[in-house]
Amino acid sequence: MKTIADIKAIRGTMQKTVEDSKVIRVVVGMATCGIAAGARPVLEALSAEVKKKGLTDKIVVSQTGCIGLCQFEPIVDVYVPGQHKVTYIKMSAEKALEVVEKHLVGGKPVTEYTMASSGLSTVDGKPAQSLEDTNLYAKQVRVALRNCGVIDPENIDEYIGRGGYEALGKVLTEMKPEDVIETVLASGLRGRGGAGFPTGLKWKLCRPNVSDQKYVCCNADEGDPGAFMDRSVLEGDPHAVLEAMAIAGFAIGSSQGYIYVRAEYPIAIQRLRIAINQAHEYGLLGKNIFGTGFDFDIDLRLGAGAFVCGEETALMTSIEGKRGEPRPRPPFPAVKGLFAKPSILNNVETYANIAQIIVKGADWFAGMGTEKSTGTKVFALGGKINNTGLIEIPMGTPLRTIIEDIGGGIPNGKKFKAVQTGGPSGGCIPAEYLDIPVDYENLKSIGCIVGSGGMIVMDEDNCMVDIAKFFLEFTVDESCGKCTACRIGTRRMLELLTTITDGKADMATLEKLEDLCKYIQVNSLCALGQTAPNPVLSTIKFFKDEYIAHIVDKKCPAGVCKALMQYAICEDKCVGCKMCAKGCPANAIAVNAAGEVKDGKKLPYLVIDPAACVKCGACVATCKFGAIYKK
Amino acid sequence: MACKKCSVPFKGTPEQEKELKAAIAAMKDEPGSLMPIIQKAQEIYGYLPIEVQTMISDETGVPIERIYGIATFYAQFTLEPKGQYQISVCLGTACYVKGSSLVLDKITEILGIQPGQCTPDGKFSLDSCRCVGACGLAPVMMINGEVYGRLTVDQVPGILAKY
Repeated sequence: MKTIADIKAIRGTMQKTVEDSKVIRVVVGMATCGIAAGARPVLEALSAEVKKKGLTDKIVVSQTGCIGLCQFEPIVDVYVPGQHKVTYIKMSAEKALEVVEKHLVGGKPVTEYTMASSGLSTVDGKPAQSLEDTNLYAKQVRVALRNCGVIDPENIDEYIGRGGYEALGKVLTEMKPEDVIETVLASGLRGRGGAGFPTGLKWKLCRPNVSDQKYVCCNADEGDPGAFMDRSVLEGDPHAVLEAMAIAGFAIGSSQGYIYVRAEYPIAIQRLRIAINQAHEYGLLGKNIFGTGFDFDIDLRLGAGAFVCGEETALMTSIEGKRGEPRPRPPFPAVKGLFAKPSILNNVETYANIAQIIVKGADWFAGMGTEKSTGTKVFALGGKINNTGLIEIPMGTPLRTIIEDIGGGIPNGKKFKAVQTGGPSGGCIPAEYLDIPVDYENLKSIGCIVGSGGMIVMDEDNCMVDIAKFFLEFTVDESCGKCTACRIGTRRMLELLTTITDGKADMATLEKLEDLCKYIQVNSLCALGQTAPNPVLSTIKFFKDEYIAHIVDKKCPAGVCKALMQYAICEDKCVGCKMCAKGCPANAIAVNAAGEVKDGKKLPYLVIDPAACVKCGACVATCKFGAIYKK
Repeated sequence: MACKKCSVPFKGTPEQEKELKAAIAAMKDEPGSLMPIIQKAQEIYGYLPIEVQTMISDETGVPIERIYGIATFYAQFTLEPKGQYQISVCLGTACYVKGSSLVLDKITEILGIQPGQCTPDGKFSLDSCRCVGACGLAPVMMINGEVYGRLTVDQVPGILAKY
């Protein structure tokens, strides 16, 4: 078992190694996205080449978690002592060998593979050599992600070297549980999983409840389509979550924690297991931590593919080994939660802030962000945007900064239409609100939520009715079936939406849809149902003209809804090669040999029979002359 | 539930049974261990037929209807095994109008299983899917990720014989 002095000694050694080192460090981003992009062969090639050249005493090759720039994976960072860090992007095993030869041995960075090759520049317009140099990084503040992409998540000493477990030591030796709760309360930290409930208040409500056992739970069942910040924290900095849970245990008077992590995250699970074992070895989990008499242990529980288990009572029911159905509240989990004992549940990103709040103080944290939404928030940028990936920004950053400066705008010169936040529980923010500062209150005021932090950007080619339908299909699939409002209500909503996208609806349908939305919001048992209508209501609010176009004009302005769309052949471009007719699975394209005249105009050589067309788009792909268009 | 016939006869080995029983004995006194036990069972057998559910029920004393309730609630659990070769026939609009349902019928006839089921020898499992985005090749089916396009019913026996 390690004492606080031992941990300090490890920290000192680790920091000294980094500062005084003469060793070159080569770090490969090995989160799920990096591995999927081919990071493993890169890591293997680097290790093998360094070994082959007999350079293992001069060059250390290691791994790290998510660096945060999905479109540039696999990413390799090179730290040469006394020199500026270099980030290599889109690496392959071959490129890695070249980097070993020219940069690690020869001392000259291979500029055609560095961050500079991405076209991203520094704040003053020069080519960026590393991620930190880029102007998109300059707007970010990394708190929850501070260790992601920096440390080796499978080495506890690296976490300790970056100040890890200092907060736990401080809490156990210098603070009373009430002080811990007051600090978290004063920091203004609010739940990062979606609802934004003040974390300190949650702990405060649980603390006075007397019981032989209380539980600290961690929600790592990240289920929103488009959100992956929790996975990145678990894969890149698992100890931050363990340390925070132990602190929470001390604060509320609990000795047992559970992390409920979805089974779809195998790498996160593996790294959590390694981290828990290492923490046990060091005595940072288990009995009598730091010799203070405080016991705390953590078990993992794997989800089994049910979105509703992200809801707090459903998650607890699932840990109990039952069908993951939500329970009515009250009683709230702080009173009667897991195994009917007082419990708290926070999500991964929330926990990732705790240790730093303890070490740096509540004022430091409250100094970032806005008055009611303090600190920073991690967002996962996706969809129609140039720079996809994870970003962490102070609360209150204008949406425009996120989309244009950090996200780099919309690809292919298309026009921004909306950004969807909060997944199936959230809504769409249209262009006229681009200057809104992103925080809990502001987004709520326009019918959206911060949610877990997924941001899906949409351009002029996206149909908003179709987007609403997409999220509703998700909710219908994931409704657990316990309460009628959600189980049957969401299904009826989907049917009404489908009549709209099929062009079979009238304006009364829209009214009926809105009424149903309000009914489901009020009458559902849990947040899944209560928020399910949000994507529909917010698109009706901001894009009513698109709904009306579907209903009245029977047109889908974005050309997405198949039933309302027709393919046609442009007379001027068609050369009559008949390739489209050959490729048509429905035999819907025929030669207009008679030269049929309609409205005084001669029809093109080939015509599409709208009745037979199944709108598969095969003809568009076949036509070499771009003669087929949507109308 | 008892009448829900699985297309594949249960072929558990004594080793698998021993492994499951040992795992249950190690875990069953922990609070909330039923989910990890069911996950372990699926890991050992690959799926959760009624025989395995019965075993879990006998060993833990938990009524089988609760175990069935859990096994059918979570998307990760399956009551049917997946075959060595997973056949997926596209029933999207373009494939449908080109007769992919006839292709599906032919496969059903040859293999003697319905969509969602697996052949008794564990070789093929059959599913239908929505558009795979290869409409120009309609009708389309996939076997373990390999795409077969412009299918006719007559080609089906030959393709299946390759596996």
